[in-house]
Amino acid sequence: MQFSFNTSAQPTLKKPPGAGPPLQVWSQYISYHCAVRTALFITCINDTLFPETGRATVELLERLGIGVDFPLEQTCCGQMHFNTGYQREAIPLVRRFVEVFKEYEAIVSPSGSCAGMVREVYPMAAELANDKRLAAEVEEVTPKVFELAEFLVKKLGVTDVGAYYPHWVTYHPTCHSLRMLEVGDAPLKLLRAVRGIDFVELPEAEQCCGFGGTFAVKNADTSIAMLSDKLGHILETEAEVCTAGDNSCLMHIGGGLRRQRVGVRTVHLAQILASTEERRKL
Amino acid sequence: MTIEAPDAFSKGRTPTFEESARESLANAQLRRNIGKATQAIRTRRAQAVEELPDWEELRQAGYDLKTRVMRHLDEYLLQLEESVHKAGGHVHWVRDATEANRIIADIAKNHEAKEVVKVKSIATDEIKLNEFLEEEGIKAVETDLAEFIIQLAGEISSHILVPAIHKNRAEIRELFIKKLGAEDLSDEPSDLTNAARLYLREKFLQAKVGISGANFAVAETGTVCVVESEGNGRMCTTLPPVLVMLMGIEKIIPTWQDFEVFMQLLPRSSTAERMNPYTSFWTGVSEGDGPKEFHLVLMDNGRTEILADDIGRQTLNCIRCSACLNVCPVYERTGGHAYNSVYPGPIGAILTPQLVGIGRPGTDSLPYASSLCGACYDVCPVKINIPEVLIHLRGRVVRHRQDGGGLKGKLDPENVAMRTMARTFSDRRLYEAAQKAARISQWPLARSGAIHRLPGKLAGWTEARDLKPIPEQTFREWWKSRNGS
Repeated sequence: MQFSFNTSAQPTLKKPPGAGPPLQVWSQYISYHCAVRTALFITCINDTLFPETGRATVELLERLGIGVDFPLEQTCCGQMHFNTGYQREAIPLVRRFVEVFKEYEAIVSPSGSCAGMVREVYPMAAELANDKRLAAEVEEVTPKVFELAEFLVKKLGVTDVGAYYPHWVTYHPTCHSLRMLEVGDAPLKLLRAVRGIDFVELPEAEQCCGFGGTFAVKNADTSIAMLSDKLGHILETEAEVCTAGDNSCLMHIGGGLRRQRVGVRTVHLAQILASTEERRKL
Repeated sequence: MTIEAPDAFSKGRTPTFEESARESLANAQLRRNIGKATQAIRTRRAQAVEELPDWEELRQAGYDLKTRVMRHLDEYLLQLEESVHKAGGHVHWVRDATEANRIIADIAKNHEAKEVVKVKSIATDEIKLNEFLEEEGIKAVETDLAEFIIQLAGEISSHILVPAIHKNRAEIRELFIKKLGAEDLSDEPSDLTNAARLYLREKFLQAKVGISGANFAVAETGTVCVVESEGNGRMCTTLPPVLVMLMGIEKIIPTWQDFEVFMQLLPRSSTAERMNPYTSFWTGVSEGDGPKEFHLVLMDNGRTEILADDIGRQTLNCIRCSACLNVCPVYERTGGHAYNSVYPGPIGAILTPQLVGIGRPGTDSLPYASSLCGACYDVCPVKINIPEVLIHLRGRVVRHRQDGGGLKGKLDPENVAMRTMARTFSDRRLYEAAQKAARISQWPLARSGAIHRLPGKLAGWTEARDLKPIPEQTFREWWKSRNGS
């Protein structure tokens, strides 16, 4: 697989408006960009339902000088199947992921739970497949998988991405970002550096929103009970936007907010970070 | 005083978690009682744990010790038996609930006991000891305040540590007036406690046999340890001339020194205390002090099956602290009864189905009673990776249905849908075709910019949530058009 460099959006190193990151950080991007082949692992949910998040991720990374490749053979990481118990069915998807992405040196995903699936659950899948070769390949590929905020803050060392987003925003730390990947306060650091933003802390933020994949349907009543409390806390903040690093949780939270007609939107973190004064994102 | 609600360890079919949760979720008083209580305990636990700079090392030590015990359980059990014998106690090995009940009832009968006093013990609840004794004409009196309340109410426990967590003091007052004939009783906790104390003191002094569970048993010395808060355990283990202790075989710790780790882990995790009020240690019998006869009943009841499962094995590390219940967002809302087991919450969701075996609809639903948020794993003092075991058990449930369920299992709509989707995801062209097909076929549902109602099993989603329709262009279509490929 050849490193495809797209010509239409040649990464530009134009300094974003306002006080940008210091020079040494920029030089880090440049060296990273030259040295590392980075792939976008979009996830099937984002690909199909939230293409705007994928576009924002690409634009954001390119603005920071990271050229990303999008291997078109990628489909689904198999999380839904594996976590619902259809584990034998998920193993071909694990093999596929490893095959598609093994060439790359960094694999970035705008989804905490799908990145978590690969990094933390793939070893268990390889064990179940009883396939030593797959286990070795999994071991090689998993440390290269990053959730977007984690990639920016921990890998690139950048917190100010030059974003502009003049809205009242609160942030829900999704469980797999928080407890599985341990991204810590990386998303908060990124949000606090956004210009124009009015950031409001979410009470009881670390409580699960109740999505949980097929849990949301299999145990709909419990899922909705958890969601109701989460929505209550979001409304308490009086924010107009609730953001997170995972569109699956946001689909659940946003679906609840929309049903109640409370006038609060959900927007993926990537879209906030991609938004600039010239190119405002929703 | 019979228990009406059947649970996973009773005969017959138990409801699924979904069915029971629906009922519990609609109970406003229960929601409030449990919500308040769990929030309070989990805040205090976090503070108690924060005081220890080496908490993570302690957790690791707890995990390592328990893992070693499980690896050499056969040797430690024999060592324990020998130590107990040396200290003048009797050891009984039982395979299942029937054998355990029989032995305990026989010991009571040998001493012509018509009434026995009990320390709170989930192991005895697991085997339905009280019901068995009642059939044999022996009354078992629960002496832990919360267990006593539950017994009076004819209910089952809804929490490992705080069995009556679902009840508030007004409910308890009404219960005491009705069942104990207490008059002029206020709903002040001290008054309620006093009413129970008056009743129980007499029982302690009359009982010939005390029955207890065990928190730990030391293989090296034969010492059995009971950790408690009320002093009822101390009285049960010291006043009656005969003491019977029932323990699951996994409760062993190798040496006395290991208490250093567990006595720091357990109280902080369960009651958010630096130290619990009463910790009793019994090593066989001693002249002039405590019981004259000591019986230790070592129970398997499904545990060796768990031991044989590489991933499931860590479940046996559990020291029943209940920290996982208090942080669980599912438990906080449904309460313990929705789990239909004496082991509720996240630990119950992995322990119960393994103890009774995969393949029963009621208990097979338990591993799904979790959003996999991972809060339980974070607080577990012996580092049981509960989400990992939940996922592993879901796999076992599905494989059991697929392989053993015949044609019905294979034609199950969920199975067909999942297999079709897996096939679709395995082929890029099929996947892209499915994206297009879904976009076109959603039109009858996606009016006014959102999907308000989904069909079939997916209807649960749209009960309280709208769904965003699939937009005009997928990400990959955008990427292809941008790159002209």
